[in-house]
Amino acid sequence: MKYKILKKEHLNNFINLLSQRQKVFAPVKKGEKHFVFEEVTSAAPISIKYIPTILPPKKFFMPQNETLLEYNTHEGQNMEAVVEIQDIVLFGVHTCDIAGIQYLNLVFTDRPKDLNYLLRKNSITIIGLECNDYCDEYASCNLMENALPNGGYDLFFTDLGDYFIVHVNTLAGDNIIEITRLFEEASHAQLDELDKLRANKRKIFKNEIDADITDIPALFEKGQQSKVWEDNGNRCLACGNCTNTCPTCYCFDVIDELNLDLKSGKRYRAWDSCQSEPFAKVAGGESFRKSRTQRQKHRFNRKFKFSVDKYSRYSCTGCGRCSRACMAKINLKETLTALVKEHK
Amino acid sequence: MTRDKKKLTITESEYHIKKGKIVKVKQMTEAEMFFEIALADNENLNHDPGQFVEVSIFGVGEAPISISSSPTKRGSFDLCVRKVGKVTEALHKMHVGDEVGIRGPFGKGFPVRNLEGNDLLIVAAGLGIVPLRSLINYVLDNRREFGKVTILCGCKTPQNMLFGDEIDLWQKRLDINFSCTVDKADPEWQGNVGLITSLIPGVDVYPQHTYGIVVGPPVMYKFVIKELLAKKIPESHIIVSLERHMKCGLGKCGHCQINNLYCCQDGPVFSYDKIMPLEEAI
Ligand SMILES: Cc1cc2nc3c(=O)[nH]c(=O)nc-3n(C[C@H](O)[C@H](O)[C@H](O)COP(=O)(O)OP(=O)(O)OC[C@H]3O[C@@H](n4cnc5c(N)ncnc54)[C@H](O)[C@@H]3O)c2cc1C
Ligand code: SF4
Ligand code: SF4
Ligand code: FES
Repeated sequence: MKYKILKKEHLNNFINLLSQRQKVFAPVKKGEKHFVFEEVTSAAPISIKYIPTILPPKKFFMPQNETLLEYNTHEGQNMEAVVEIQDIVLFGVHTCDIAGIQYLNLVFTDRPKDLNYLLRKNSITIIGLECNDYCDEYASCNLMENALPNGGYDLFFTDLGDYFIVHVNTLAGDNIIEITRLFEEASHAQLDELDKLRANKRKIFKNEIDADITDIPALFEKGQQSKVWEDNGNRCLACGNCTNTCPTCYCFDVIDELNLDLKSGKRYRAWDSCQSEPFAKVAGGESFRKSRTQRQKHRFNRKFKFSVDKYSRYSCTGCGRCSRACMAKINLKETLTALVKEHK
Repeated sequence: MTRDKKKLTITESEYHIKKGKIVKVKQMTEAEMFFEIALADNENLNHDPGQFVEVSIFGVGEAPISISSSPTKRGSFDLCVRKVGKVTEALHKMHVGDEVGIRGPFGKGFPVRNLEGNDLLIVAAGLGIVPLRSLINYVLDNRREFGKVTILCGCKTPQNMLFGDEIDLWQKRLDINFSCTVDKADPEWQGNVGLITSLIPGVDVYPQHTYGIVVGPPVMYKFVIKELLAKKIPESHIIVSLERHMKCGLGKCGHCQINNLYCCQDGPVFSYDKIMPLEEAI
């Protein structure tokens, strides 16, 4: 295990050096409790303490609109499949969001592989940042076992007061250390500090609902006819905020767009939401998920049941974004708690 | 390393299309058109009966369409397209020599290996004949491998009948039992009148070695399956092909999901025992 130290007085220099080589994106405050990943060239605008950004890092891995093909029909159906990539560094990614990226990696590596995603992913460097305490009351990262780092990054920063202790996880991470020349060796005392912080975190981060993660599959097995889905369905406005802001939601629509010459254009994919009614329509206008109740249940099943069936992994990271963004105040922790209560 | 965006071309992309040339077009009914399509160098599609392709017309979009010909037909393949919206309308305007984009074949087709050595009771309603034709022609080209073959075919009116010429030939064949029904007859219609379910009780089956294969509009499955179960055909021997909206065909976009299954990758052909517990299946 390789640990390094970056004194806080060097952070500005660090970001600046990185940004001369690649675009650097980091959490920047946009208003009361609102943060976004935005391009930075210095440390000044970066919020080291922040709650999950409005949109998760998904927006870099799977842009909201992404060109898949460029075509030209002057003579027959001619096209090129394309991918747009950019070498970027994401600085300050929380453990829940790293877990979200890990889940997307799993989905898009699954056959048939999605080259657009995989090629782009390879051009993104991830620098994680530890949450020393809870973001807010919406988080359930401990339940989802994402409160502590678990791989998926190149470097990982933990704030220990005057300095960051930095875990070097990959060659790409090591390269950054080499190139920027701002890091020092970590001492035993500093490693002990990190251990202390983690031990303390284990005390602070408690299961946010009255259930163990291993109980969840059985809970969903029993809860398919639960009243909870109807309660949520009756309130839901089908706005799609929950799915847009979710770090693991990846459903999309595929759309053709013609240029003014009416002969050339592009085919692109755009984020879509299972909460919208036309999403699951079939021929003749029939739909197998007409009601908001059915669609709410589907969303939760995809987070806690189907993903476990398919990938042995929950596709909820516990980031709390869906609850924060919901216009109808539908709350993931409350939904799970209600489900637990029904089946106690 | 660069700060700028780079655009790469990726020919291995799953979204990459092959060019298909239309070699034959035929108006089948008012709403349905038949297309025969050849890939460059007459490359074979190498599909299984029951699989589908994504057909592209750039600037308009893509639509999943069942492959209607048997893989035993080499060098080109058949589609039958009902005009319902953007892509299908654009297809209907195409002529021999025009190009379309093809991705696929996608999905799981009929389990031909399991069907071999068994009796088949094929139930085709409406457009269901389109994917089933790929199986029927495959079975007829490998007739020895199958037991008794019964085909029941139904549609709204005699004018809606697809593949009429072929059906006339099937009717004359001695090695299959063929019955056809229409919901509403016209004065010239000589055949059966009534729902397709009405044909099933009259069929003689040995349930343990019969496969019931059903394709038709969503509303019809419940009723036909009930009749097949009444014949004591096991649930695992009832095979259906389901339709869902599809955008990617790759098990990613989420549109075609049936509870935990993706119709485009896990289906469109499913055995009834697998989907029976699923609320969203039929
Ligand atoms: C596995 C599979 C096999 C199919 N095989 C055939 C076939 O052999 N022949 C055939 O004519 N059609 C087939 N379809 C249906 C065909 O895909 C749709 O009719 C087509 O996508 C409609 O596209 P459009 O752009 O013309 O319609 P749109 O302009 O997009 O929509 C028009 C109408 O069609 C419905 N629709 C749109 N997309 C789909 C879709 N993907 N699936 C079902 N309904 C849709 C809409 O709800 C709307 O009512 C198949 C569908 C699937 C999923
Ligand atoms: S379901 Fe909600 S809490 Fe879970 S990952 Fe998605 S947005 Fe975060
Ligand atoms: S954010 Fe809330 S209201 Fe909007 S679709 Fe999701 S659950 Fe429904
Ligand atoms: S069509 Fe996209 S997941 Fe099936």
